[in-house]
Amino acid sequence: MVGEGGGAGTRQDRILTADESQLAAGAQRTSFGDRGPQVSSDAPVKLSVQGLTLSYGTKTVLRDVSFEVREKEVFGIIGPANSGKTSFLRALNRMNELVPGMRVDGTIRFNGEDVNSFRNVYALRRRIGVVFPLPVGLPLSVYDNVALSPRLTGVTKKAQLDEIVERCLRRAALWDEVKDRLNALGSLLSGGQQQRLTIARALSQEPELLLLDEFSIAVDPVTTMRIEDVLKELREEMTIVLVTNLVQQARRLAQRTAFFLNGELVEVGETEDFFTGPVLDSRTREYVEGKFG
Amino acid sequence: MFEATSLNRRNQQVEWLFKMLFLLMTVILVIPVVIILTVLVVKGHGVVSWEFLTSPPTNGMTAGGILPAFVGTLWLVAVALVASVPLGVAAAIYLSEYAPDNWLTRVINLAIINLAGVPSIVHALFGVGAFVLFFRFGTSILAASLTLAIMTLPVVIVATRESLQAVPRAFREACWNMGATRWQTIRRVVLPNAISGILTGIILEVSRTAGETAPIMFTGAAFFLPFLPQSVFDQTMAMSLHLYVISTQVPGVPEELPYGVALVLISMVLAMNALSIGFRVYLRGKKKW
Repeated sequence: MVGEGGGAGTRQDRILTADESQLAAGAQRTSFGDRGPQVSSDAPVKLSVQGLTLSYGTKTVLRDVSFEVREKEVFGIIGPANSGKTSFLRALNRMNELVPGMRVDGTIRFNGEDVNSFRNVYALRRRIGVVFPLPVGLPLSVYDNVALSPRLTGVTKKAQLDEIVERCLRRAALWDEVKDRLNALGSLLSGGQQQRLTIARALSQEPELLLLDEFSIAVDPVTTMRIEDVLKELREEMTIVLVTNLVQQARRLAQRTAFFLNGELVEVGETEDFFTGPVLDSRTREYVEGKFG
Repeated sequence: MFEATSLNRRNQQVEWLFKMLFLLMTVILVIPVVIILTVLVVKGHGVVSWEFLTSPPTNGMTAGGILPAFVGTLWLVAVALVASVPLGVAAAIYLSEYAPDNWLTRVINLAIINLAGVPSIVHALFGVGAFVLFFRFGTSILAASLTLAIMTLPVVIVATRESLQAVPRAFREACWNMGATRWQTIRRVVLPNAISGILTGIILEVSRTAGETAPIMFTGAAFFLPFLPQSVFDQTMAMSLHLYVISTQVPGVPEELPYGVALVLISMVLAMNALSIGFRVYLRGKKKW
């Protein structure tokens, strides 16, 4: 990890650019090493997707996709806009049911169980935390934002809520900035703070799977790096699916990555292979090298 | 280098012209309000006194006060609110938060728009048929208030639905993703942020209810009653009908008396509006995004 002081400049370069010269420079940085070791291929399968096809009306946004995500793995999904990445996340926790006209075919298994077989869809959603591209600070106080999910499940004791709120805010690297204004409105925090608040809120669900949908799109580079550091700690405890259109972010964090293009899964593999190793499809290399996007 | 070209100058002139045009229209809009209020205050203030508010009409309604009408209007508005607010808010929550986009929802929405367009005298006749005769409430506060409630329902429903839909969908999605049910989402996030808009709808409803004459004429409002209503099954006098009666039906009413009644009526409505606006400002200061 680049040190806290003096690192800001380099950090910004790394996030803001993805052209080839940066890529070459990036390859020399040691930080790509801390994406963590590959999760062994016989680790339990957390998420299994088989023949998944998603469509809105007559428009198909994802076609016959199959892959697996292993327990405690950071799994990247990269691809240009309109590749079906966000729709895919929606299908995972059955949010598609709340989107009129969205159709899901195929099977998604969570811990080996078909998500459609969950009688209690709310319990399924609580086990899957979601972070959106644009930070969503609910118009509640910072405290209430984080306490909302525990309260929904019936936690009412003040001491217990206090403990959850502090723990989640600390893990999301936000506690020090907001501990003196827990009663301020969450929707009035800065964008970067709101995004960490969103993560704290997702953590308050105690999820087994954390879905991040282009979390850094509306966040400054320094905050992006802080969140990436948070994710590096969280991967010890939970499985993370990281949707991003920054290929370098996938390279920094994800052990394995899937490349979606125009609704098709082009390739799944070890992230580093996309950049320097063998690729099955030449489009993968061209995309990560920025030849199209 | 930065000198204005003739195109710039023309744009500025057009800009000024349109600004003034819009300002003029806005001022024209305000003129009738100012005139009405001024005339009422100037001509009516001499009549209004504590005694005027607390004594019944005397001498065949050519003298005395307005107490039965004043109290009657309060009754009518209160009962109408009790009937229409829960119904209207619940319907709006259903339409905004639960209803799927299908033909039934579209038919319901169309019905609400049409309900708003029905003339008030038609509502009055419906009230006679339904509440006075069919439900056997007789000509009573209950029948009159229910007629008023049905007439003002679209106002409540539309205002509530608009303010619910002004709450960003992202907030709902964040809650749903957390495993919240629709009702949990509505209660904890949507309603608290829509409440000021819902209150606006209720203010509008109160103002309209207090002023309507036609729907209560045949359903519950009396020409003259020297005593106050004791229950919702009594008839009552009402400010709006009283104003109509002393302005057109009773000979020998002194000229300033109707102005006094109108002044009291409009003050009631303005006072309720002011109260609710104050409440809204207070709530808005608390909730923001």
